[in-house]
Amino acid sequence: MAPLKVLVGVKRVIDFAVKVRVAPGGHVVQEQGVKHSLNPFCEIALEEAVRMRERGEAAEVIAATVGSRQSQDALRTALALGADRAVLVELPGAGPEQGAGPGAGPGQGAGPPLVAAALAKLVEREKPQLVLLGKQAIDDDCNQTGQILAAILDWSQGTFLSRLELDPGSSSVRIQREVDGGLEQLRLQLPTVLTADLRLNQPRYATLPNIMKAKKKPLEVQPLEQLLGGPVPPPRLRVLRLEEPPVRQGAQRVESVPALLERLAALGRI
Amino acid sequence: MRGAAGMGLGLRLLRRAPTGYRGTRLQSTQQAEAVLDKAKVSSTAPPKAAATQEESKSFAVGMFLGRLNTEQVFPYPQALSEEQEQTLQDLVGPMSKFFEEVNDPFKNDALERVEEATMQGLKELGAFGLQVPPELGGLGLSNTQYARLVQIVGQHDLGVGITLGAHQSIGFKGLLLYGTPAQRSKYLPRLASGETVAAFCLTEPGSGSDAASIRTRAELSPCGSFYTLDGTKIWISNGGLAELFTVFAQTRLPDAATGESRDRITAFIVERSFGGVTHGAPEHKMGIRASNTAEVHFEGVRVPVGNVLGAPGGGFKVAMNVLNNGRFGMAAAMAGTMRGVIAKAVEHASNRTQFGAKIHTFGAIQEKLARMALLQYVTESMAYMISANMDQGATDFQIEAAISKIFGSEAAWTVTDECIQVMGGMGFMKEAGVERVLRDLRIFRIFEGTNDILRLFVALNGFQSLGVQLRGVQKALKNPLGNIGLLAGEVTQRIRRKAGMGSGLSLQEHVHPELKESAQKTLQCLELFAATADALLLKYGKKIVDEQFVLKRVADCAIDIYAMVVVLSRASRSLSMGLPTAQHERLLCDTWCQEAHHRVTVSLRPLPSESFRNLRSISQAVVEGGGRGDPHPPRLLTPPYGTFHDGLGWRWNPLSHQWTWTLPSMDMDPSINGS
Repeated sequence: MAPLKVLVGVKRVIDFAVKVRVAPGGHVVQEQGVKHSLNPFCEIALEEAVRMRERGEAAEVIAATVGSRQSQDALRTALALGADRAVLVELPGAGPEQGAGPGAGPGQGAGPPLVAAALAKLVEREKPQLVLLGKQAIDDDCNQTGQILAAILDWSQGTFLSRLELDPGSSSVRIQREVDGGLEQLRLQLPTVLTADLRLNQPRYATLPNIMKAKKKPLEVQPLEQLLGGPVPPPRLRVLRLEEPPVRQGAQRVESVPALLERLAALGRI
Repeated sequence: MRGAAGMGLGLRLLRRAPTGYRGTRLQSTQQAEAVLDKAKVSSTAPPKAAATQEESKSFAVGMFLGRLNTEQVFPYPQALSEEQEQTLQDLVGPMSKFFEEVNDPFKNDALERVEEATMQGLKELGAFGLQVPPELGGLGLSNTQYARLVQIVGQHDLGVGITLGAHQSIGFKGLLLYGTPAQRSKYLPRLASGETVAAFCLTEPGSGSDAASIRTRAELSPCGSFYTLDGTKIWISNGGLAELFTVFAQTRLPDAATGESRDRITAFIVERSFGGVTHGAPEHKMGIRASNTAEVHFEGVRVPVGNVLGAPGGGFKVAMNVLNNGRFGMAAAMAGTMRGVIAKAVEHASNRTQFGAKIHTFGAIQEKLARMALLQYVTESMAYMISANMDQGATDFQIEAAISKIFGSEAAWTVTDECIQVMGGMGFMKEAGVERVLRDLRIFRIFEGTNDILRLFVALNGFQSLGVQLRGVQKALKNPLGNIGLLAGEVTQRIRRKAGMGSGLSLQEHVHPELKESAQKTLQCLELFAATADALLLKYGKKIVDEQFVLKRVADCAIDIYAMVVVLSRASRSLSMGLPTAQHERLLCDTWCQEAHHRVTVSLRPLPSESFRNLRSISQAVVEGGGRGDPHPPRLLTPPYGTFHDGLGWRWNPLSHQWTWTLPSMDMDPSINGS
């Protein structure tokens, strides 16, 4: 069988090193002027696809994301890391600095069902044999997109991968998944949807020459409505309120055990 | 521009042997000549060498002439197109990430080399070919883009910075500036990938600041197809790693005018594989230990004539232009270093509690942090102004580039020293990572032109321009009717200045209204400076070359004034654009201008010639005393116990309560000082 076509879903998220703050209003987190990067699990998924291509197992690696114009950054990074081309499925009416996650607030986020629906349409169009995703995004930690996509496509799915091998003949893959209490080995028939866990590989660094070359690789922008062939369904989730974790109160010192008991009683803890 | 016409006067001035203290005569001559030769280089380097002096666009040159050359400084130059800016933003992230996650400065320092994996990573990253054109395998970055990436390197690891800088900022910069198409396509691709590492070989055991005095020699073969290269170069960064060397050597060439042969320096591209190239063991250094520094020996190395870089005999020009073109990069690196250590100082100051309060609330710490921020702001503003000037095709930036190197290296030293002070004992510990930075920084005031030589370079370049201008006035006086316009301008300006009326110059149209006062102060300094320069040239004439005490002060003021203009320009831009940092920048700018104004007026009004005489006398006495200017300090005091001698032959006799002296060699008893 000919080398595979691999579709990799990626997401632009707030960088893991940033201390996330709730924006005024309490519905979204502060995104303006905050460093964003490619979701680390997506990076791992992409790395795996690029390695497959380097081994000659894959013919083409397409990176796709569903989000605002800003998400082009993530796609450029993906191209610099080795994707051959990229598709941005652009959300309607998403403002310049609005996020695409389901946590992003009313009417703004795509959320896993919508992202999966969009990716499913892309799969119809591109006809890849393999879809690789990160197991979850570090902003909303949903861990749903891969599973929903497999259900829509009615494909097999393998989640939380820590190893991926293509069988000779390219009609099935052997995978190792990290499950509670151990590792599970499976063989899946292609086409399939796979999601990457942390230990699948160690992604490479984007080199400066590759970043420059990435500028010349094709990046297609496709409006979501157009891809879906109809109006975008309303979000199924509504964020009522976002709160930062409460600031830890300082401890108090008491003189004796009786005083401690008295204090605890006063607080209603005993 | 310091045009060809201007050279004669300046050169003859500088070639005279100084009449100063005998012990320093030789050295000062050499220094003067080194400076002189640099001046000569800068005067011939730009393609528009024929341009007259009046056309110099350099602000620093204008400063000496009492002119306000605003073209290169206002508005703050922006050399990047939108696309270049976007590219730069794309590169900054991965570069930072590499230095944060892969490079380990502690380990590099301890190993005294860059870790192998890091080195490999840097090569893959593309960090070895930042400015090599893309068609030759590099990134083709502009000077401004390069400066931004170098700033990241400087923030994290100066040892790596030197490894990279010795390679591309000087090692093969000659190829970029002077290489023929054949040389470039032969060498640049493997240099850009880091497959081949380059080094710049100028310094020799007997030739440091006085670069013109090198002894390495290249002899043209009788057949005329190759040179045979012999000589030793010392302290060569990457000397032990490099496969390709830019080497400067004396060559015997016929003089175009007289037809007689004489020695001229020629630059060569030398491959290690030519044979006869060896290197010594890596030097153990105070800082930048991660970088390799070694002696490089050339013994009977056969270099094809095709590997001459630039014109035969034009090597000095190559060397000086390579250095001139690299200096802004040092300022950029220093700006990054300061950014890094300021962050450390701030982190400590905002978390450390003493006397019941965070220490950043104490005035003593606040002053330090504020001054650190000021120095960083000035250095960064200089680096990007000069890189932008260069990107916009300016050719007359030598003085500015020298100023940025001097200022940046000294600012970074002060800021890092103060960072350690803010952190107290913590800062002194290795694990804080600041003591390494301080060690690494020390060399920046020494190499690529010591700051002392560069100060002379700044001052003498300026005086040379002024000398030419004055000569122009003198010439014009011989034919006053034909030169009425010129004379009217010059004379009026000088008379106005003398009368303290100000020169009628104004910065108003260039500076944001909120910075009006700072602009006024800057202008005052500039006028005072120009008047002082005029007076000094009248007073000393050609002998100004020997007046290093004076030249140093002049250079210091030139540096201060250039810094004022640079921050005025940057802060004006930020205010006009309404950047979020604009008000903070206004504060930085006003504070800098106020203090610099004070420094300049104090040091120029008048120049303290008496203190110069005293300093000269003290130095002479110290030198004559063999390093002990104070001849016998112990005899002023009564030693606490027993017999005592001071090691110079003086011996204390506790019984007679007297010092006596005998010849040390006959009377050295190590037991006397009593164990």
